[in-house]
Amino acid sequence: MSAPRWAAARVATPSERLIEAALSLCGGLSVLTTLAILWVLTSETLRFFAAVPLRRFLGDTAWTPLFADARFGIWPLLSGTLLTSAIACAVAVPLGLMAAIYLSEFARPRERAVLKPLVELLAGVPTVVYGCLALAFLSPLLQQVVPGLAGFNALSPGIVMGIMIVPVVLSLSEDALAAVPWSTREAAYALGARKLPTLFRVVLPAARSGIAAAVVLAVSRALGETMIVTIAAGQQPRLTLDPRVPIETMTAYIVQVSQGDAPAGSLAHQTLFVVGAVLFGFTLVMNLLGQRLSAGARRAG
Amino acid sequence: MIPLLLLACSGSTTSATTLVAVDGSSTVYPISEAVAEAHQSAGGRVTIGVSGTGGGFKKFCRGELHVTGASRPISTAEQAACDEAGHAFIELPVAYDGIAVVINPSNTWAETMTVSELKALWQPEAQGVVVRWDQIRDGWPSEEVHLFGPGVDSGTYDYFTRAVVGEEHASRGDITSSEDDNVLVQGVARDPYALGFFGLAYFEDNADKLKAVRIDGGSGAAVAPSGATVADGSYRPLSRPVFLYVRADAAEDPAVAAYVDDYLSERGHGLVAEVGYVPLSTEARAMVRDRFRARTTGSLFGGEAQAAAGVDARLRGSL
Repeated sequence: MSAPRWAAARVATPSERLIEAALSLCGGLSVLTTLAILWVLTSETLRFFAAVPLRRFLGDTAWTPLFADARFGIWPLLSGTLLTSAIACAVAVPLGLMAAIYLSEFARPRERAVLKPLVELLAGVPTVVYGCLALAFLSPLLQQVVPGLAGFNALSPGIVMGIMIVPVVLSLSEDALAAVPWSTREAAYALGARKLPTLFRVVLPAARSGIAAAVVLAVSRALGETMIVTIAAGQQPRLTLDPRVPIETMTAYIVQVSQGDAPAGSLAHQTLFVVGAVLFGFTLVMNLLGQRLSAGARRAG
Repeated sequence: MIPLLLLACSGSTTSATTLVAVDGSSTVYPISEAVAEAHQSAGGRVTIGVSGTGGGFKKFCRGELHVTGASRPISTAEQAACDEAGHAFIELPVAYDGIAVVINPSNTWAETMTVSELKALWQPEAQGVVVRWDQIRDGWPSEEVHLFGPGVDSGTYDYFTRAVVGEEHASRGDITSSEDDNVLVQGVARDPYALGFFGLAYFEDNADKLKAVRIDGGSGAAVAPSGATVADGSYRPLSRPVFLYVRADAAEDPAVAAYVDDYLSERGHGLVAEVGYVPLSTEARAMVRDRFRARTTGSLFGGEAQAAAGVDARLRGSL
């Protein structure tokens, strides 16, 4: 870290140098932490793959690393994570997007000033509360409607998780819609377009990369969500897309093994890091994609 | 109640010198630890290891321990080792470890099951194969069975697999496996097609939400788990007594005697239920206290793997 050029003109006092050093240390610390996490994940993952060949990891359809007949197919955990995330997004994207459209295009300023903070309150509810809600309230309710719904299932935590990430979709898409200049809409009206065609043919296409970023960040949030699925989705790795039966997500598996006493250095312990690495990979890709899209949206706006 | 408490307290305070060395079974550990906590708050000093029943007996017979916990009676070979080293011991049954197999209250078909049916359902070979109820017995629903079991590190899991599958730590893996018993209770209580197992005491706390399966251990008669059927040995094979072995010479040390007295006191038996085990009958508790007071050495239960048959009867026979 070199001192900015304008500062070089003056002679830096010792106390200024000290402050500068302290600040760069703080910045460096977070970089170091990230590197350390990456290093631990990578080294433990490599150790895992030294014991379990990649073909057993990708080619098996059962995940039972703690049991007598240990199998290491990642697919049941992946399908659990993808299933709950898909359900969450199926709830959050339409709800969040429609709410954003209403707030941005239809609501009066006073309505908007009340409604938006209220919806954003959803983001402030602790996830453990959502988890209990899914297990103790929504699952029993759904059991009366959905035949064959087990006590632990993917459906109810998926829906609750969707409600939790509505504010993510709402805020980002509303920003994207608000970034579309009024002159664009006025031009459409001037050509004789009504409100809805203007919205669907002009405003939404103009805001599409911002909305895509909102969706991607919502997916990323759902993939990494832990508490809700640990409480309400079950802890049974199962390769299925049936939302009615108990499943286990990657995050819930990590919680489950951390609670037991898998000794450090054992294969069971290394599975934690492998699953963590896969999860990290997924959310990293999603976050990069989201950043890229929202940067694109800013340029377009 | 009050005289007993006083007895326990006065026992502890007179003897804050020796550090009582306890080791042995991980199954007995929670009881030993709960008693030690109560004992230490009254001034005693206790250290507890978890070497397993066999490992505990090895150290015990070498004279390295004052007390060892065992989830089975001492074997003939272990007795010989103790005799050879010249260590006489006092054998004290302290509780029962019982496992309840539970189903949803709305499950009306699987109210009784045989051990071989349980084995067909839980053995490793059943993984991905036995997935519907009607595969276990004809006439049961053609619905998917959802299994719930305790974490693979728990003594309950070890014991269940040994008693049902025949090999410790061998079970199918496509089950909901949780260290948290409440997850198992919630899972079975909300799912008509679920089946699970965990400690009997935990079932009794949740008996309003669950139904216990009556188990036929091969005799043709199905027995429901309860304090009574566990205590008389008729609920088999999912119940067993657990033991404390005290070295006879160490029992002369007032610190060791005080800890064991606390263990056998009514308060100690209250802790047994608190940590999830079935306490001995009132009569058996008194007999065990007498046995320790008289410093009766030797084994009543030893040499047999399955000693469930009547702790009460055996103790009575020894008097």
